[in-house]
Amino acid sequence: MNSTIATLLIQDGLTSGAIYALIALALLIVFTITRVILVPQGQFVTFSALTFGLLQSGVMPLVAVPVAVLAVIVTLLDVAAARPAQRLRTLRDAAWRQLAWPALLVAVTVFVTTDELGTFGQILFTLAVVIPMGPLMYRLVFAPMADASILLLLIVAVAVDVAMGGVALLLFGSDGVRTEPLIATSIPLAGIRIHGAVLLVIVTAAAAMLALFLFFGRTMFGKALRATAYNALGARLVGIRVRRAGQVAFVLAAALGAVSGILVSSIMTVYFDSGFIIGLKGFIAAIIGGLASYPLAVGGALAIGMIEAWSAFYNSTFQDVIVFSALLPILVVRSLLSPDVAADEEPAE
Amino acid sequence: MIRRYLWGAAVAGFVLLPWAAPSFWLTLADVAGILALIGLGLVLLTGAAGLTSFGQAAFAGIAAYVCAYLTTMAGLSPLAALPLCLLAVALAAIILGAVTLRLSGHYLPISTIAWAAAIFYLFARLQLLGGQTGLDGIPPVSFGPWAATSAARSFVLIWGCVLAVIVTQKFLLRARAGRAIRTLRGGTLLAESFGIPVFRTRLTVFVYAALLAGLAGWLYVEFIRFLNPSPFDITAGIKDLFVVMIGGAAFPWGAVAGGAILTALPVILQAVTSGQNENYVLIAYGLIIVLLLQRSRLGLVGALVARFPALQAPARTVGPAAPLPARAAPRRGEVLLRVEHVEKWFGGLCAVRDMSFEVRAGEIVGLIGPNGAGKSTMFNLITGAAAPSAGRITLCGADVTGASPRAAIRRGLARSFQHVKLLRGASVLENVMIGAHLRGRKGLFAGMFRADRAEEAAIAAEAARQLARVGLADVMHRPAGSLALGPQRLVEVARALAADPVLLLLDEPAAGLRHAEKQELAQLLHGLRDAGIAVLLVEHDMDFVMNLVDRIVVMDAGAKLTEGQPAEVQTDPRVLDVYLGGAE
Repeated sequence: MNSTIATLLIQDGLTSGAIYALIALALLIVFTITRVILVPQGQFVTFSALTFGLLQSGVMPLVAVPVAVLAVIVTLLDVAAARPAQRLRTLRDAAWRQLAWPALLVAVTVFVTTDELGTFGQILFTLAVVIPMGPLMYRLVFAPMADASILLLLIVAVAVDVAMGGVALLLFGSDGVRTEPLIATSIPLAGIRIHGAVLLVIVTAAAAMLALFLFFGRTMFGKALRATAYNALGARLVGIRVRRAGQVAFVLAAALGAVSGILVSSIMTVYFDSGFIIGLKGFIAAIIGGLASYPLAVGGALAIGMIEAWSAFYNSTFQDVIVFSALLPILVVRSLLSPDVAADEEPAE
Repeated sequence: MIRRYLWGAAVAGFVLLPWAAPSFWLTLADVAGILALIGLGLVLLTGAAGLTSFGQAAFAGIAAYVCAYLTTMAGLSPLAALPLCLLAVALAAIILGAVTLRLSGHYLPISTIAWAAAIFYLFARLQLLGGQTGLDGIPPVSFGPWAATSAARSFVLIWGCVLAVIVTQKFLLRARAGRAIRTLRGGTLLAESFGIPVFRTRLTVFVYAALLAGLAGWLYVEFIRFLNPSPFDITAGIKDLFVVMIGGAAFPWGAVAGGAILTALPVILQAVTSGQNENYVLIAYGLIIVLLLQRSRLGLVGALVARFPALQAPARTVGPAAPLPARAAPRRGEVLLRVEHVEKWFGGLCAVRDMSFEVRAGEIVGLIGPNGAGKSTMFNLITGAAAPSAGRITLCGADVTGASPRAAIRRGLARSFQHVKLLRGASVLENVMIGAHLRGRKGLFAGMFRADRAEEAAIAAEAARQLARVGLADVMHRPAGSLALGPQRLVEVARALAADPVLLLLDEPAAGLRHAEKQELAQLLHGLRDAGIAVLLVEHDMDFVMNLVDRIVVMDAGAKLTEGQPAEVQTDPRVLDVYLGGAE
């Protein structure tokens, strides 16, 4: 071990830690607002990384197709739920609100080549196709069962993750994807060379956190979301629409996942099933924060990133074993901190 | 009757299939049986106790690897290795359970995902265990000259285990230990208030489910006779939970149905899509679970039982039985509950301030006060649901300040809840039987092997007697959730009475009752008082309280305003002031 290696390991730890932090934040936002433990958060990362990776290698992925199919299903459900006299109007509204965007994505898929998009266009397309998956998932899966117990919502979340894993395999195949760094140069900083990719990840993650902080702390709508997280019934009584809040939570989660996916594709090879493990590390970070504290979760994510980087150096064979076993001491601490078991909790029925 | 035919068919299938069925089908049946065995653990863990684990495949993997190692490297016979496999699984379950089962419900499933991943990577990376390539040459299970070397012989072994577990589990679910496990679903406070230790019960169920997964893992490695890590990855753990979700988590046969469906689905999809199907199978699993849980949470067997009532287990028979042990009645006038200078602070907020009062044997005391006066907090402090910040609470002469609800019920304090806490799917009778938990002794094994019949009959008879006392004898076999709110409150009273209390704490027992029902309740409480029981109740219905109680304690803003006979309190200007608002 010398200082060069240490610097590299710290860079590695910070980079992956920053990505786990984005995922942990998404999980916290969704859990506090909708009580859903969003296991498929990792799938947003996978879909985004593989979409962007394929675009970079000159292949146009068909990922817009499932988005369009889901949007059509949502529209059909809306029309079926509307009163007969209203159906035509519902359809017309939906055409604009729900179908125009996926139609545009499909049109781009069919008529535009990856070269014409350019790197910036490819990033935009990736975001544009992954972010709608969040609200679509909420609308189709979780909103209809908003009253179910946390446990049931979790099982459904796992089922969604399994289904999305299958879709990812169909769309992207089983080959891994790794992109060239968006910023190829490295920058000297206080005697250390910092890779552009590392800097990009850290700066983007910090910017995303700052944006979230301003959104939840300063805007009226962000405050309303926090109120919903604190007390859904109370929020409803003062006129906050809980369903709308859930939708926004899922938009934010998908956006954070999409951004993480683009970032992660340049620092590791992503396969169709990588998202689950990446998401799981975000979970451990969220658990460090007690599924409630944002700063603790970010700190936990950086810690997980560091543990991962250093265990990769000292014992790469058991790297994943070490990272996931790190959960045990955390749970011990949480057990000691938690109130007595007699404190009542949500019954399962 | 039809249930008897179905059991007959099951036993006939078990005996005949190994002779008659082609080996391809028997192989599938063996795989389904192994899944069903893991599922049976989850029926108790998820279906009965309301806990969820995605880590059952990891437990199966631990047993499989221990077995493979001991039989190939240490030369043990598979049968000799079995106890060591189960021991290893039990140890792992105890360690993992100890750190997760004290936390609230959703920590368990997330952590099971994480440690299941950790255990899987351990299998895959340890060269000692063959790494990714695996271990080969595992000897078959043998009893003397008989060795389980074919799919048919494995079928006998595997399905023999499945049927034995189904039978014992069905007995267990109806026994005292099974009731305790099912009570976990009603929340921790309910269980603790009737003397059921939540953490220990959770740990017991967790280890039980892990052991069944371990047995399944041992059977699996003995069936395949080759071992690599992939059958125990996290997807497998998820699939195990899907088994009971699809089959019906509340029923032992649900695990069998789910195991069969999840084994058949890939085969059918293979035939339909002809070939490369893994991704379609995953998509199908996911969609089935989402649609199923959105529409009905019963699973296949649950839906069948709901559709065909003849499939339901017959109602428990209640007959004459020896009485349960009862507590010595307190002396009339003896102080049962003494509250001295009790305070409760929540941060900077004082919810209860310097409260002192007594309740004596053979009297009914009402605790009244406007909303927010601190009555519920006072109730929680007495029952042990919360600990006071200062002061002393004495129950039957013993200091119980800050003790748990279990300490309270052991000393003879039984309670009802303001927000009714009943197991909605269980019968009224079984709900009341929970109340008598501490009056029984029989444990898990007695329940599994029906060595508890006399005690169970006595508990059922006692519960029926208390239900008759509250006037609900004719609905005792109905699901508790089907009753109106008023009668549900009476079920809570009967459940508390089944605990043979000396002090009964009732939280708004008359809310939701009709006039006639209120009068019956008042009559019942008078009868209890005459039998020497003390009753402390919080109630908002003033007519009901004034005509019922011997003494009233009035609270306002966390402190005692006054105390006295109903007539005195009713005319006290301070009481009128807090109830009707200050006339300044």
